[in-house]
Amino acid sequence: MAQKVSVWTSNRFWRRSATWITGVASVLLILLTFDSMAQMKMGTAEDIAKKIDKRIPSPLVINYTIEYKLDPYRGHEIPIIGGEMQRKEGGIKSAYEKKEKFFGRDDYTEEEARALIHKGKLTIQAKNCMDCHTLLGNGAYYAPDLTKAWLDPTWETLAPAFNGKEYAMAAFLQDPPKMAMHERKMPNLGITEEEAKAVVAYLKFMSAIDTNGFPRNFGKIKGAVDARK
Amino acid sequence: MQGNKLYQSQELAIKYFTVAIILFGAQLLFGLVAAIQYLYPDFLFNTLDFSIARMLHINALVVWLLYAMIGAVYWLLPDEAGIEVVGIKLANIAFYILTAAVAVVVLVYLFVQVGPGKESTIWFITEGREYIEAPRWADIGIVAVVLVFLYNVYATVMRGRQTGILTVLMADLIALAGLYLAGMFYTDNIAVDQYWWWWVVHLWVEATWEVYVAAVGGYILIKTLNANRKVVEMWLWIEVAMMFGSGILGLGHHYFWIGTPEYWWEIGALFSALEPVPLIGLFVHVLYDWGKERGKGNEIKNVPAFAWLTVETFGNFLGAGVWGFMHTLPQINLYTHGTQWPAAHGHLAFYGAYVAIMISAMYIAVQGKAGLERLKMTKAGWWAISLISVGVLLMTVSLTVAAYTQTMVERGMHGATWEGYFAAQSNMWFLQGIGWRLVTGLAVIVGYGFLVYDLITCPKHQPVEEGETAAAAA
Ligand code: HEM
Ligand code: HEM
Ligand SMILES: [Fe+2]
Repeated sequence: MAQKVSVWTSNRFWRRSATWITGVASVLLILLTFDSMAQMKMGTAEDIAKKIDKRIPSPLVINYTIEYKLDPYRGHEIPIIGGEMQRKEGGIKSAYEKKEKFFGRDDYTEEEARALIHKGKLTIQAKNCMDCHTLLGNGAYYAPDLTKAWLDPTWETLAPAFNGKEYAMAAFLQDPPKMAMHERKMPNLGITEEEAKAVVAYLKFMSAIDTNGFPRNFGKIKGAVDARK
Repeated sequence: MQGNKLYQSQELAIKYFTVAIILFGAQLLFGLVAAIQYLYPDFLFNTLDFSIARMLHINALVVWLLYAMIGAVYWLLPDEAGIEVVGIKLANIAFYILTAAVAVVVLVYLFVQVGPGKESTIWFITEGREYIEAPRWADIGIVAVVLVFLYNVYATVMRGRQTGILTVLMADLIALAGLYLAGMFYTDNIAVDQYWWWWVVHLWVEATWEVYVAAVGGYILIKTLNANRKVVEMWLWIEVAMMFGSGILGLGHHYFWIGTPEYWWEIGALFSALEPVPLIGLFVHVLYDWGKERGKGNEIKNVPAFAWLTVETFGNFLGAGVWGFMHTLPQINLYTHGTQWPAAHGHLAFYGAYVAIMISAMYIAVQGKAGLERLKMTKAGWWAISLISVGVLLMTVSLTVAAYTQTMVERGMHGATWEGYFAAQSNMWFLQGIGWRLVTGLAVIVGYGFLVYDLITCPKHQPVEEGETAAAAA
């Protein structure tokens, strides 16, 4: 009892510290997770009608044009859905007005759009896309990032021949080796026409997710820095 | 020394280790296929595509590490608690069920590969989520087996001696198992999907697995150096405080760009930047104990186990600490995210932090099974540790060169487009990095051959030093 033991070499002290620190960190993580989950809920038709920006927008964005533009207010690029408008605080935001035909229609209902992206997401998992590509930057590094694939300039060049880039992308997905653009080809994964359309819908939807400016300068500075171009 | 009798639990540990080392071989083989495909994309195209090879590579890695982790616990549990593991029959049955399930999952990966875009594919073929592709039925099976394992651990510690090492392990294993549940649901919202996916991946490798390693590392220090238990356990609690203190909120470094709120930039940067601190601590601690015991003239009782533990602490610090820190600040991660950077870091981190210590634990079991007072390093063992460690280190350096090129060309110059991606992939520096990865990967595979040979034969091939009789190893 009387023996003087420094607290710094006491196992009891460190055990208690470890328990407290772990507990506090876990509680903080859980609280932050509640907040993040609230902010990451998928948007609805109502949000679009009221022009409320959601980090993960409603699947109805497939009815609209999507761009990726520098917002001077936030200091990085953001998805612009259906054209841009001025934000009250400054900078720009989505206007949710300019529509665009997607497989011939721009009037998908909320249920239809949800069903499409549901099928699309299931297909993306069922075909192991993330074991070659990255989505939102996560996955494998054998093939290009798909976060903004919908906006990739490559598809713009193919679009005219297919009457629209959604058709070009769907055709590619159904038989990638046939449309291979590089020696490193994407294999034929047995994606049906229905699945291909759904995957393209998912890619369009994903390009409208607010990724805090990732990837930076997407498709912007081609040729500006590369002296060969 | 002779007639060494093992606990039944330790016999089970050896079974777990055996499957682990076989899966390690499978991991390397599929990694080799994927590495060849980077250079020769037509290699096995449409037969064993990159996606399948890579999935098998990293799934085999995670599964064999889990096998080895469970094995090491079954090894040290009766030793620490001082009694046979409670429910050992059930534990044996669980081992066979788990192994059968793993075999079925692998066969489906190999021969069915992908399925239609329906829920049934998620349940029976693949979940398509990196590292945790295992279909849902297997997830449920894994949970059941892990519950048996946890029962064994808890019931044994309740009845036997409760050491500090076991206390940490009990708390840690329950968190580790619980986290797996975060990866067991489906959502259309890919941002939410990845949010919870990182709970499994990050909170495993940067929190619960690290603490596991600190605990088992403590046990190995006691076994190899006779380190003072009180000091080891005090240090263990300090490590737990630092690892969970930084690692839990360090999770934020994966929440910069996936549709998450901006506050994760600051939280992720701050806490993940602290993550290397406990890793330096681990390294210093091992070197300190080594110096102290050597100073007293004490011999290391299991040289290969101790050597692998040293590789662990240094590799953990370098691979997780240094290579992790390199891309953990959001300003940098914006350009490195989704390039070869995480691949470079992933190789050295997984190797340094987990592969090395599990091999160390296997050598402890080899020594225990042979009943040797001391286990020395053989020539083959020396080749194994050198080839694998130098191989993985150089592989990481090669990938870092490729990563640097990709960041500059694809991200800096072209802004991450399709065209930019391929511009980087065909850059001369990138190709050289990828080429050297293949060469160094082959060195690792040769080292693996030495390792397996040595694990099987080292008790018989103990080098004989002056003044010793050959009978010592009999
Ligand atoms: C033993 C411990 C660790 C292991 C095994 C490990 C492993 C990995 C792996 C495999 C990835 C890639 C995940 C993927 O496939 O997308 C990764 C990502 C990452 N790691 Fe670690 N890591 C460890 C510790 C650390 C530490 C201590 C730090 C920071 C100081 C760190 C920083 C990062 C960052 C920032 C990423 C994200 C890369 C990105 O997606 O942009 N890691 N880690
Ligand atoms: C101890 C040895 C090894 C460990 C711990 C290991 C670990 C890993 C990990 C964690 C990843 C995922 C990286 C990420 O997603 O960020 C990975 C990917 C990969 N590994 Fe390994 N690996 C090892 C050996 C090898 C060997 C020997 C080779 C080749 C000869 C190899 C080739 C690959 C390839 C090609 C990938 C795919 C990377 C990509 O997606 O671009 N690995 N490995
Ligand atoms: Fe992490």
